[in-house]
Amino acid sequence: MQWETVIGLEVHTQLTTQSKIFSGASIAFGAAPNTQACQVDIALPGVLPVLNKGAVERGIRFGLAIGAKLNRINSFDRKNYFYPDLPKGYQISQFALPIVEGGELTVQVGSGNELYEKTIHITRAHLEEDAGKSLHEDFHGMTGIDLNRAGTPLLEIVSEPDMRSAKEAVAYAKALHTLVTWIGICDGNMQEGSFRVDANVSVRPVGQNEFGTRREIKNLNSFRFMEQAINYEIRWQIEQIEDGHKIQQATVLFDPDTGETRAMRSKEDAHDYRYFPDPDLLPVKLDEDWIEQVRGGLPELPQQKQARYQADWHLSPYDAATLTGSRALAEYFEAVIAGLAKPDAKLVANWVMGDLSATLNKENQDIAASRISAAQLAGLLARIQDGTLSGKLAKQVFEAMWTEGGEADAIIEAKGLKQVSDSGAIEKIIDEVMAANAKSVDEFRSGKEKAFNALVGQVMKASKGKANPQQVNDLLRQKLNA
Amino acid sequence: MSLSTEDVARIAKLARIRVTQDEIVAYQSQLNGIFGLIEAMQAVDTAGIEPMSHAQDLFQRLRADEVTEPDRKAAFQAIAPQTENGLYLVPKVIE
Repeated sequence: MQWETVIGLEVHTQLTTQSKIFSGASIAFGAAPNTQACQVDIALPGVLPVLNKGAVERGIRFGLAIGAKLNRINSFDRKNYFYPDLPKGYQISQFALPIVEGGELTVQVGSGNELYEKTIHITRAHLEEDAGKSLHEDFHGMTGIDLNRAGTPLLEIVSEPDMRSAKEAVAYAKALHTLVTWIGICDGNMQEGSFRVDANVSVRPVGQNEFGTRREIKNLNSFRFMEQAINYEIRWQIEQIEDGHKIQQATVLFDPDTGETRAMRSKEDAHDYRYFPDPDLLPVKLDEDWIEQVRGGLPELPQQKQARYQADWHLSPYDAATLTGSRALAEYFEAVIAGLAKPDAKLVANWVMGDLSATLNKENQDIAASRISAAQLAGLLARIQDGTLSGKLAKQVFEAMWTEGGEADAIIEAKGLKQVSDSGAIEKIIDEVMAANAKSVDEFRSGKEKAFNALVGQVMKASKGKANPQQVNDLLRQKLNA
Repeated sequence: MSLSTEDVARIAKLARIRVTQDEIVAYQSQLNGIFGLIEAMQAVDTAGIEPMSHAQDLFQRLRADEVTEPDRKAAFQAIAPQTENGLYLVPKVIE
């Protein structure tokens, strides 16, 4: 039987505020346990939550960035459950009236000839508080509780079940990661838990309309694990069904060591959160002036940049998507182009996605850590444009610039890397090479085209790689055909 | 709508409240009384009336995003039953 996978994602993004969503305690990462947990966060009797304007503002920013409906009136509810890292006995969240509803994100899936676009619809995004942390080891049979994280503002972004493969789910998660960091609402640090993904996965026979029973994979904190976990889960579910078993709705965890998912709890005793409006918080009103002010502060978004790169600079969809992989990369790319007297986007794209990205990858760094500034790279590319450097010489200058620093012109001067474009000088070398390689000359003249390349190689070698390759080709052919 | 004794037992379990069989019967009749009240209210025609999410006709005041709370861990932990290495200790809970 042919099976179809159905995936929806719930992503918890930690917001980049200074303070908590309902208290004035700090949310800085890595503080000593419970030093950033005030009376509101530890739920002492009589305390009241006061909503952080910065958290609401970030919710608006996200809603605008995905073209969603912003609920002008939105409100907070209590989600009730008992766990020691949730001292109030409920989590304050938005259930009935979330700040963001609808919206979409168009993503590119795959690469090369397999590349296709897909639009993923977003159901809703709501503000809520994070819980604290439970530490289960080493306390003589007790559990240790750190409430520093309790009350940290989150925006939970829920997608429609629009994805049909692990690849699509990863493409969407990556695009969402790019977007939330791009608009500055989340730092995107997955190791620190700032961007956590839950994946709802089910399978159904191709052609069936109803969804199969889903299992939810919790807390995926890397894109690689996400792809592995979803693919494992898909295979497991298909095997179960083909063996005649029914899928039970469940929450599962992915174990990176075994590459398997395993059930954490079955949903038979399904959580009944008994949501109800939180009487401690009034409804939130978003007025139009505020929304317009936030809209005015939004940067050009990844998809807008992609469209512009394709329309104005004739870059391919793949190049445009790669160059907008992060805001820092796109800004670097644009700064290099702006630094050229004769802007050539394709040339800049090739260098940014080629040598620069390769070098950064080798050192496991991103563009922010580039040792070559946009202005330095522009200086180098200008020397390719004016013929001072061949592609090969430019690579040498690039390497020197990366390891030793300095401007292109100074490196070219110091290392004598200037391309020789003086035709008199090149002709002189060609004459010498032809005289020394009479055999190759004869072979070419008797019709062996291959001999030509051998002669070009000799000329380039004699010029120490500095002769202008195009001129060498042209002049050599002229002389041989003379 | 009326609640069965099983419903009452389940609600008590979710709320972590221990109840005896006698209490379940008593709560069943009290809760069903409340449901009767709600039913009476639901009979009112509310077509065209905007639902309220709070009893007061006001909107939430927002706080500026600033860190204003100092570290008062020592004071809080002085009244906690058990702490270690800055953590609050509780009976082990693993699902």
